[in-house]
Amino acid sequence: MKKLVKMLVSSAVVASMAIGLSACSAGGGTGSTQAPTQAAPTEGTTAAAQTEAPVDTGDGLIKVGIINNDPNESGYRTANDRDMKATFTEENGYEASFFYSLKNEDQIAAAQKFIQDEVDYLLISAAGTSGWDSVLQDAKNAGIKVILFDRTIDADESLYEASIVSDMAKEGQTAVDWLASQGLSEYNIIHIQGVMGSSAQIGRSGALDTKVAAEANWNIITQQTGNWSAEEAQQIVQAQIDAGKKFNVIYAENDDMAKGAVQALDKAGISHGVGKDVIIIGFDCNKWALQELLAGNWNYDGQCNPFQASYINDIIKNGAKQKTVIMEEKGFDASKITQADVDQYGI
Amino acid sequence: MATSQNLLQPKQTTGGIVTKIFSKQIVIPLIALMALVLFNLIADPSFFHITLKETNDGYNVLAGNIISVIDYGSELAILAIGMTLVTSSSGGQDISVGATIAIAGSVVMRVLCGENSAPTELQSSIIVAFIVAVIVSMLFGAFNGVLVAYFKIQPMVATLIMFTAGRSIAGWINENKIMNISPECSREFAYFGNNIPGIPVPTPVFIAAACMIIIALVLKFTNLRLYSQSVGINPNSSKLNGINPQTVKLITYVILGVCVAVAGFIKVSRLSTINYSTIGKDIEMDVILAVALGGNPLGGGKFNITASIIGAYVIQMLTTTLTKYDVKSTEIPAYKAIVVIILVVVSAPVVRQKMTQLKKKLTASKVGKEVS
Repeated sequence: MKKLVKMLVSSAVVASMAIGLSACSAGGGTGSTQAPTQAAPTEGTTAAAQTEAPVDTGDGLIKVGIINNDPNESGYRTANDRDMKATFTEENGYEASFFYSLKNEDQIAAAQKFIQDEVDYLLISAAGTSGWDSVLQDAKNAGIKVILFDRTIDADESLYEASIVSDMAKEGQTAVDWLASQGLSEYNIIHIQGVMGSSAQIGRSGALDTKVAAEANWNIITQQTGNWSAEEAQQIVQAQIDAGKKFNVIYAENDDMAKGAVQALDKAGISHGVGKDVIIIGFDCNKWALQELLAGNWNYDGQCNPFQASYINDIIKNGAKQKTVIMEEKGFDASKITQADVDQYGI
Repeated sequence: MATSQNLLQPKQTTGGIVTKIFSKQIVIPLIALMALVLFNLIADPSFFHITLKETNDGYNVLAGNIISVIDYGSELAILAIGMTLVTSSSGGQDISVGATIAIAGSVVMRVLCGENSAPTELQSSIIVAFIVAVIVSMLFGAFNGVLVAYFKIQPMVATLIMFTAGRSIAGWINENKIMNISPECSREFAYFGNNIPGIPVPTPVFIAAACMIIIALVLKFTNLRLYSQSVGINPNSSKLNGINPQTVKLITYVILGVCVAVAGFIKVSRLSTINYSTIGKDIEMDVILAVALGGNPLGGGKFNITASIIGAYVIQMLTTTLTKYDVKSTEIPAYKAIVVIILVVVSAPVVRQKMTQLKKKLTASKVGKEVS
């Protein structure tokens, strides 16, 4: 009897782990697995059961099925999800069902479920780029319009109405252009990169790398990945200070890493911010980061716009004008930012 | 001659003393430490420069690579204490410490910030936040401990649950908000991870020292060492001797929980914010490596916490050294892997046996020569 209980418990544990593991592997190891509101999914086939049950139509509402990544993934995703939920409301004429997963196959299964539910629009932020062709074909055959947001997929353009994305390379370029406009006689840069190979890292590093290669007075003091982590960035900058290296720019590819870098500077008594020794550049426009800008402790923060809902709303109401919509993304200069910007653009 | 048998022999030849020293567990991390120190001395002696610098807040602090090592090594050393005990009693490692640090850190921030992600004043005192974090961490430690002790699940498998779920739980605790305590809100909160004004040595160093003193006292005045070693070596015979293996294992996991809470507290205080997806990432591997580097048998049983703590600082020194020489941070794990390989090979029973045989042969030939 005891043995049986033990066996049951351990198999339950193993089963729950298997789920956790597979969810994690899709999440790129960021550690988040499931949304709090969601029941633990078992396998792809039952994924459809987790979608919030759609109410029947007939009241003139536009039915949308929204497939997104887990809002736990990052502050960006949380802001993105909040924005979607705020836009696709009944007051705005929508009946929205949400599905969250970091697993591509779960998302595809959910898409199939939404097609069966005969939604009018399918909004997808895909976890992976491949495997979507057949389900999108099904959607097309059923007369359902597909709009991709935030992430692109490898599928024929005819299969979707539009895709609304950020241009990470442009984000990097805007920041580098801003930096160039500062007119320093020499740029000695500590470049702290995000997780290598992520689209944000590639885009934001690319612009700087090109500029450094092109200009004689732009030097990279060190180029290290901080893996989006403030702690790692702090240690990288600390090591440079301890080694007595001289630098006047910190180009951190997200706000967390910029914060870690600033912590190391503060400790070493190196001044930073507007009109000070070291220029601090961050990305993502977290509210707290914009407040640092407002206080003049940092110099620049590049936006990665999570607010796609208004673009989607526009496409649904007025039709798509082009296939790929690149969102407008701002870069904030500490000397020009206002409290209103912080409130509006901070995530 | 080289094994513990020679401890029984009163004969103290010169060779005997050497082998005796080398059979001491603590020698392994010390040799590693020496190797790193030597390398840095030769490559660039400025590694050891320590200067007094004025911070932007206007007080003096010590700075330099060595200070960085003992500062950033603090969390590792604290965790190594708990991990050594867990390893000893349960014969396995807790791989969830990084994730539970995220939980402990989130609890601290949640208690301090309340509903507001950027509060203008602290919602409760720092000590309350710390105590709540300790309690929560102990509960998660107990969860792991119960799975290991009562359900007899392999420690690595049991803690894999928290490893995968922990960061999501941390996200729920602070409702996915990025909590941030600004200096305007509380200057004191940052003291624990940085410096107290007027004291040039970083505070984490003192916290780590306090943890070491506490564990030394605990080991001196309780039977924890004896119990966890005997449970680790043979749970059945310790049961026959009146020690409850389950309770002992559970206690060690709860102690690790306390260590995790302290480490998590230092980590959030360092930056006054938390990002649950990156805080303490992969730290469990460094901690386990520290325990291994300390020469502790990873299969349980005898342990030496001092050796683990030295191991922890060696790991941090390795990281700092590599960062100093601009080794890409993506490549640092590869260098750590080399250390692991050397360790594993050296401590493998086959190699040990060969080494003993070699030594025996050498001494035999020596004796033979002397006789002739």
